[in-house]
Amino acid sequence: MLEIKNLHARIAEDGTEIIRGLNLTVNDGEVAAIMGPNGSGKSTLSYILAGREDYEVTEGDILYNGESILELDPAERAAKGVFLAFQYPVEIPGVATMQFLKVAMNEQRKARGEDELTTPDFMRRVKEAAAELQISPEMLRRPLNVGFSGGEKKRAEILQMALLEPKLCVLDETDSGLDIDALKIVADGVNALRAPDRSVIVITHYQRLLDYIVPDTVHVLYKGQVIKSGDKTLAHELEANGYADIIGAAA
Amino acid sequence: MNIQAGIKLTAAEAALVESYNEQVGELPGDGATLLARDTLLSDLKEAGLPTRRVEAWHYTDLKALLKSVPAFLHGASAQRVEPIVPGSTVLSVVNGKAHTRLLPEGITAKSYADTLLDGSAAAGLVARDADDVIGRINGSFVRDGLIVEIAEGAAFEAPIEIQSVQNCGQVNTRFPVRFGAGAKATVIERHLATGEDAALVTSVTDMRLADDAEVTWIIFQSEGEADTHLAQFKAELGANAKLRLYVINGGGKLVRQEIHIAVAGEGSDLTLRGINLLGGESHTDVTFTVGHDVPHTTSTEVIRNVVLDRARGVFQGQIRVAQDAQKTDAKMSCNTLLLSDDAEFSAKPELEIFADDVQCGHGATVIDIDHTQLFYLMARGVPENKARAMLVNAFVAEIVEELEDETLVEALEGVISDWLEKHA
Ligand SMILES: Nc1ncnc2c1ncn2[C@@H]1O[C@H](COP(=O)(O)OP(=O)(O)OP(=O)(O)O)[C@@H](O)[C@H]1O
Ligand SMILES: [Mg+2]
Repeated sequence: MLEIKNLHARIAEDGTEIIRGLNLTVNDGEVAAIMGPNGSGKSTLSYILAGREDYEVTEGDILYNGESILELDPAERAAKGVFLAFQYPVEIPGVATMQFLKVAMNEQRKARGEDELTTPDFMRRVKEAAAELQISPEMLRRPLNVGFSGGEKKRAEILQMALLEPKLCVLDETDSGLDIDALKIVADGVNALRAPDRSVIVITHYQRLLDYIVPDTVHVLYKGQVIKSGDKTLAHELEANGYADIIGAAA
Repeated sequence: MNIQAGIKLTAAEAALVESYNEQVGELPGDGATLLARDTLLSDLKEAGLPTRRVEAWHYTDLKALLKSVPAFLHGASAQRVEPIVPGSTVLSVVNGKAHTRLLPEGITAKSYADTLLDGSAAAGLVARDADDVIGRINGSFVRDGLIVEIAEGAAFEAPIEIQSVQNCGQVNTRFPVRFGAGAKATVIERHLATGEDAALVTSVTDMRLADDAEVTWIIFQSEGEADTHLAQFKAELGANAKLRLYVINGGGKLVRQEIHIAVAGEGSDLTLRGINLLGGESHTDVTFTVGHDVPHTTSTEVIRNVVLDRARGVFQGQIRVAQDAQKTDAKMSCNTLLLSDDAEFSAKPELEIFADDVQCGHGATVIDIDHTQLFYLMARGVPENKARAMLVNAFVAEIVEELEDETLVEALEGVISDWLEKHA
């Protein structure tokens, strides 16, 4: 599914290197957790996967299903199945949530050479997915993410993911800002999407989410590199001991 | 009338004078009307069209910008069009001539030409001040328009559309409008051209809201690419009256829309929202003054501009607060999305405050598309140009959404996205 090879990337504006020789492989159907201290480059990595222009890849490559996606813009990557659930979903006043969902779904379908959805079909899909995630119709009538609470924004991200049916889902701290019940709802939403041909990268600071979304692999990111990988027990270890030992061993 | 020797007129000024001399024999009016017209025209001739040295016209040098004046055409052939909001009550002025029809209870409309003929309109044919060139041109040439009265306490299911449509030539109209106490209505004042040849359109709307009236008034201007549109909207608000005024410009080559409001009754409130969609080589000027003359009045003004190509836009906004008008609350902002290096927008906010216990503020910004928002949309699969269009649309749609009435919002958003699709 995904192969990141010796990736170096810097902030385009000032040249600061954030990702410094990162290697990571995620297989088809795998759920990979990425953990790491604040500022280690987790969100930056997720942005680079999604194709944000603010970062410049200077070395290495990102292969998605065997092909480099570095030359693709974010929309092209999305159409190929890459999805990023943002750590901080963006408010867009003046863009109606429903209109946005419809445009996004249909543009992706168009790019893949599929027919656009009919309005009733679209409405039915949104209604069903929203009900699963306990998102009220009232929320869907508001402009995109505007005035949504922290938890509502995160749920709205998962709604988008469910509707867009991506192949590679990157969840950047989707658990932050969620209360216990919402965490469960969101985790159920993610688990429902688990499939042999769909991979998930879960970026999180807490074991709690990983109790619900059980990862196949866990990777520790530090200063722009993966410094340790393991199975789900690695997350328990981190929860118990923090990062100090692993960072010490890597240094 | 004899042209004084020694005053050098521009081509457009000379054409106006000549056109007046040609038309004067057939312009509707009795002796008093004719006298008022003559006075306005001779003032116009004497002062000439304003240049940038006239403060009120500083950003719109009409003398330089108005290059020619199309002739008045008899038998022009524009047709009434469908209203913006389906099901509206439509009053129309087609090729400059008013048509009154069967109207719902609570609203009456009469031809303005009749009041020119019997002389009762003559007293209104005066300029606001020495720089009121729109009042002068319009008052000299006006042929028709509609006198609209909304009865006390009236309320309507559907909006009222006052449609002014022509294809070319000269159109000069007036709309005196009265809202009775407590009346509630949504009115769309629409100006459009259906032809490509040049038109010179002047229009003066003069409106009075009695106490407690609540009016949403939407001016939507979509004249042709060669047209000059000079318009004036004047309103006086009674006690606790509320006027929500939307001004949407999406056409014309040379446009000046003046708005002069007196929030004259205690507790009255003005909400002004302006949307300027500017493209091509057009020049569009929205000049606004509001006078807070009594205590406890409020006004907010938000202007949003999208400027493309080599278009130029102007917003002059003046808030005056009289010495007695304590507790005035007035806020004005003007935000511009400049989408081309050759596009230009000038904003001149002005506060003239003579009272001490007031809250007044203004701000003007020029912005670009928000990159984080653009990335977010693209990350969901929306291609770049479409994502940009969505954000430009959102920038103005945000204001339209304040209207809340779903059919109205939808209709106006449709108008805006059509414009953006065609131009951006
Ligand atoms: N556009 C940017 N401009 C300036 N600094 C940036 C930018 N993007 C990332 N950084 C810096 O790069 C480093 C990594 O940031 P990143 O957001 O990727 O960390 P993170 O691992 O996601 O942290 P957290 O756990 O707090 O979310 C930080 O020091 C951050 O300040
Ligand atoms: Mg982060």
